[in-house]
Amino acid sequence: MRMVGVIFKREFQGYFATPVAVVFLFIFLVLCGIFTFELGGFFERGQADLLPFFQYLPWLFLFLIPAVAMRLWAEERRTGTIELLMTLPVTMMQAVLGKFLAAWAFLGLALALTLPLWITVNYLGDPDNGVVLASYVGALLMAGSYLAIGSCMSSVTKNQVIAFILGVVLCFVFVLVGLPGMLNFLSFLPDPILETLRSFSILDHFQATIVKGVIDVRDLVFFGTLIGAFLFMNAVIIELKKAD
Amino acid sequence: MIEIRNLSKHFGPIRAVDNVSFSVAQGEVLGFLGPNGAGKSTTMKMVTGFLTPSEGTALVCGHDVQKEPIEAKRKLGYLPEGAPLYPDMTPRRFLHWAASVRGMPKAEGARRVAEVVERVQLGNVLDQRMETLSKGFKRRVGLAQAILHDPPVLVLDEPTDGLDPNQKHEVRSLIREMSREKAIVLSTHILEEVDAVCSRVILIARGKLLVDEAPREMLARSRYHNAVTVHVRGDSGEELERAVAEVATVERSDGGDSQEGLAQYTLFPRNGQPILPQVSERLAGLEVVDIHVEGGRLDEVFRNLTTADSESRS
Repeated sequence: MRMVGVIFKREFQGYFATPVAVVFLFIFLVLCGIFTFELGGFFERGQADLLPFFQYLPWLFLFLIPAVAMRLWAEERRTGTIELLMTLPVTMMQAVLGKFLAAWAFLGLALALTLPLWITVNYLGDPDNGVVLASYVGALLMAGSYLAIGSCMSSVTKNQVIAFILGVVLCFVFVLVGLPGMLNFLSFLPDPILETLRSFSILDHFQATIVKGVIDVRDLVFFGTLIGAFLFMNAVIIELKKAD
Repeated sequence: MIEIRNLSKHFGPIRAVDNVSFSVAQGEVLGFLGPNGAGKSTTMKMVTGFLTPSEGTALVCGHDVQKEPIEAKRKLGYLPEGAPLYPDMTPRRFLHWAASVRGMPKAEGARRVAEVVERVQLGNVLDQRMETLSKGFKRRVGLAQAILHDPPVLVLDEPTDGLDPNQKHEVRSLIREMSREKAIVLSTHILEEVDAVCSRVILIARGKLLVDEAPREMLARSRYHNAVTVHVRGDSGEELERAVAEVATVERSDGGDSQEGLAQYTLFPRNGQPILPQVSERLAGLEVVDIHVEGGRLDEVFRNLTTADSESRS
């Protein structure tokens, strides 16, 4: 665990070695603002909640998180530092986990910077803060899922653009299976299969938390499993093709 | 301290490393020679646990690199080919990070970092981002990282590549200095380096181990081993040939181009033994300006061994 911390620290500081992180945070906050106030009709709705913000978050994350994840391993491959990392006394799982947690913490920071929205809502009205809190936890879990997928895709290639595209596509698949349109389209399938497909949807599980304001054990298990599975695959892929 | 048994690595149909075995003991500096693509780096990558061997085992201080990777890697310092580094970090941060990966407490880490920085002379660039460093400095940061934890086993892939002559000299003395208490493997393209620092040479070509011996023995394979080169005034080649015919054959070695009236000839002993006394006796009638004994030429041995192998295959 100490070694995960060492990897984590280097990665996390790495975000702030260049202006990229600040630019990312800026873009994220601007887009959050546009989605919440313009598209989400934050004021017009006349309701003191953060639903407009959280509703658009899966779509915002769909592009922004693969952009954070793409460099995790592709960069190590491109610069050859993967050879350095893998010949240090660090296990594969420690390296994968350390990098993942650093990126997750960075996304957590991005989410934390939207707290002024919460303050605004509290100033303007009397929102159900329990729901907001659950939504934030749900958003963090969703971010982790996207990130695990993106990290896994980043380990496939040394080209960050390819890693980004693969990440977006795969994340999109996990969103798509829960969209009503998609489910209608697939309605020729037997119900159990349809239900199974639907249960794989990141969108579905996220909406369950933000609308109900309850973090269900099933949602926790879903996000946890998704993250675990993709990080495991991530480690396996690196182990198999370290040298390419 | 390093023991390699029947190590092979296949990439698809290509046998990059083919059944290579050798061992390196404490106090030895093993030079790894071979043409590009011979399998030097691949072998090193397997010893350091980066690549998984297709067959065979590699042991570092008794730990199987595949079965006990963490224990093996703890005993190992490695400078990978091309000295890859994190471009956004500074050498200071990077080395402190490496110290914490190696499990050193903060104070000890700082002490060791200061020590190796001194040793490889990084002082001036400690706070510069590593992507802005010159090739020579990058190589030295990589080297600093490799020796940071004072490992009993060092694997250095082309440690002097890209360094200027002064830096090469420094790195070589550093390696010689460390060699007493460590087992060191280094690969190089520079043949003089082998003579300068290595106590043993391994020549590998097309994945196969061709030669494993001391540099002196390798030199003895050269046609030039024990040959005598003389500079003679005037055009006296035939006379010279007649004089030493019993003990040596004569070849003109300045390309037929006498400079300042001096012709250069190389006398190859007929039986491979030292011939200087016999030769100097027989040269009495000639105006010899310079005479010296050749030790042998590694580049010639290298060429013979590596091309002979490819010819016998084709």
